[in-house]
Amino acid sequence: MTGPTVAVWKFASCDGCQLTILDCEDELLAIAAALDFRMFLEAGPEEMLDHFDISLVEGSITTAHDAERIRDVRARSGIVVTIGACATAGGIQALRNTADVEEYTRVVYARPDWISTLATSTPIADHIKVDYELHGCPISKQELIGTITALLAGRRTPVTRHSVCVECKQAGTACLLVSEGTACLGPVTHAGCGALCPSIHRGCFGCFGPSESANVAGLRQVLHAGGIPDDDVLRSLRTFTVTKFDTGAHP
Amino acid sequence: MTHDHRSRRFNVEALTRVEGEGGLIVEVRDGEVADVRLRIFEPPRFFEGFLRGRAYSEPPDITARICGICPVAYQMSSCQAIESALGVTIDEPLRDLRHLLYCGEWIESHILHIHLLHAPDFLGYPSGIAMAADHRFEVERGLQLKKLGNRIVEVVGGRAVHPVNVKIGGFYSTPTAVTMAALADELRPAVESAMDIARWVATFPYPDHELPDGTALVALRHPTEYPMLGERLVSTTGLDIAVDEYLDHFAEVHVEHSTALHGHMLAGGDYLVGPLARFALNADHLAPRAAALAVELGLTPAERNPFRSILVRAIETVHACEVALDIAERYTPPARPAVPVQPRASSGCGWTEAPRGLLFHRYEIDADGLVADVRIVPPTSQNQPVIEHDLIHLIGNSLHLDDAALEHICEQAVRNYDPCISCATHFLDLRVVRS
Repeated sequence: MTGPTVAVWKFASCDGCQLTILDCEDELLAIAAALDFRMFLEAGPEEMLDHFDISLVEGSITTAHDAERIRDVRARSGIVVTIGACATAGGIQALRNTADVEEYTRVVYARPDWISTLATSTPIADHIKVDYELHGCPISKQELIGTITALLAGRRTPVTRHSVCVECKQAGTACLLVSEGTACLGPVTHAGCGALCPSIHRGCFGCFGPSESANVAGLRQVLHAGGIPDDDVLRSLRTFTVTKFDTGAHP
Repeated sequence: MTHDHRSRRFNVEALTRVEGEGGLIVEVRDGEVADVRLRIFEPPRFFEGFLRGRAYSEPPDITARICGICPVAYQMSSCQAIESALGVTIDEPLRDLRHLLYCGEWIESHILHIHLLHAPDFLGYPSGIAMAADHRFEVERGLQLKKLGNRIVEVVGGRAVHPVNVKIGGFYSTPTAVTMAALADELRPAVESAMDIARWVATFPYPDHELPDGTALVALRHPTEYPMLGERLVSTTGLDIAVDEYLDHFAEVHVEHSTALHGHMLAGGDYLVGPLARFALNADHLAPRAAALAVELGLTPAERNPFRSILVRAIETVHACEVALDIAERYTPPARPAVPVQPRASSGCGWTEAPRGLLFHRYEIDADGLVADVRIVPPTSQNQPVIEHDLIHLIGNSLHLDDAALEHICEQAVRNYDPCISCATHFLDLRVVRS
């Protein structure tokens, strides 16, 4: 096997982003031929090398053990790419960050003393230097393949920084917010999904996290003026990338 | 590991080719299996905790994130439970679309399991990718069918992982007739392809083994359909209950070596959910070609060898392709994408058959339409005790094997259950203890 050595690591997550690798049905065998997967538990490989050229990291940091483990991953990796909302933003499990986790553990488990967990769920970049981030809950297959291809060719990765609005315009989808007053987080949400939700007549719910320079306060004012309760908007902003949208203090 | 066959211990630090993170500890003392523990160290994510206070409309999107492999199952069970709470009955054409969506997930999940996770055990490879070097045709055939399963989920659900089109009351929008006709064109040859896959799986070498005596098989039952969206819950021990009675018959307990709870029948004894149980209790409702193929391949409802679960999955894949084709061919766009829903203070239960088995949800909704309480019981936590007891039984009969062979057959046996550890870990009974 030639090509760079690759590891896929899992922290707190649903497995959906690493599944996206296996969901590249047409490209999977070509990807497997171009990359030398040595560590990818879900698919089988489990070889611990001293050095991996590329590490793909799924999931967020929620235990002291995982906080140690991610430092070890960094130490043995050339390039670290975080994949998905858990790794880049702490994921939906970061909703614990504003709750009392000791209380959670006490009421959740019959024997809380058997459970070890941190009070917060944090993105990988809070713990180590990350070289590239792929956003989304889950990531986009096209962005994954584009990034792998770019890394192999030594060119820039194709991830954009603009908002979902640009993708609606590219797709020719009528603006739900303007034409129908539908609550849509598209104006403040990172592009990459291809504006999926507006294309099926649903307002964007922000699963790719904030776009660059997102004006969240401005959007909240517009939605509020359109009669959409701010509680609903806040709840939507505080879902899959709760740590990333700037929503001010928790009420 | 030691070389004394009468006393040995092995510790599989991290199980591979399963969804999520777990390990296995086996201890044999004086020729007797002393202990088997399926360790689950996937960190807890507290879904039941943070679902409280969310809008009644959000659980289909939020619970989908429990599992990237079977998000549709979470969406279907949560919709059913919340619609039951709110007194909503969806239109029949919308139910057909949900059935079609579920077929897509079964195909995608079963084919992933068969080709990339489990077949390598039977054929002696460390991974599906390594297996492709010698069995490229079979792996590519599988990947093409997996792609079609994902395609169905995309057409109906809008996205393969964490679909965006499902809502309480139906869908945000429904596919056009043209899109569905194209899908039907893709599904016609897929039925044949799924049948070829099942015939290939039937040629695998199967260890001679049976579930421990007294294991109850538990699955949903529908008057006419093989149950993805079932109605009642039945068992090989004579259970026959409605969804509201589930929690009167089943419970979960917390054990030290797992962040997932263990399922038990209150009447006593282990129970199994998943393909082997579904087939045992519902073989009469398979679609025609799947039913005929099961007979051709010698699979009967009396099958109790967990190693043959992979063959049942292959038969269920044929069934899912046939049902999907039927729904796609009969399709005309529904009159409306969703029925109206009005929140109110209420509670309701729902259950469907995830690819790995029964998935139960219960919700309490308050007068403001916010979630007050949630209970979710996923298939893998229900199967954990039976997996451990099955391994004790299997190891007891396999002590003549050398350590490497014994460890291999144990890992293979765990994969018989296609355990989804991501799922199992995220469901914790919030009401166990209140201090």
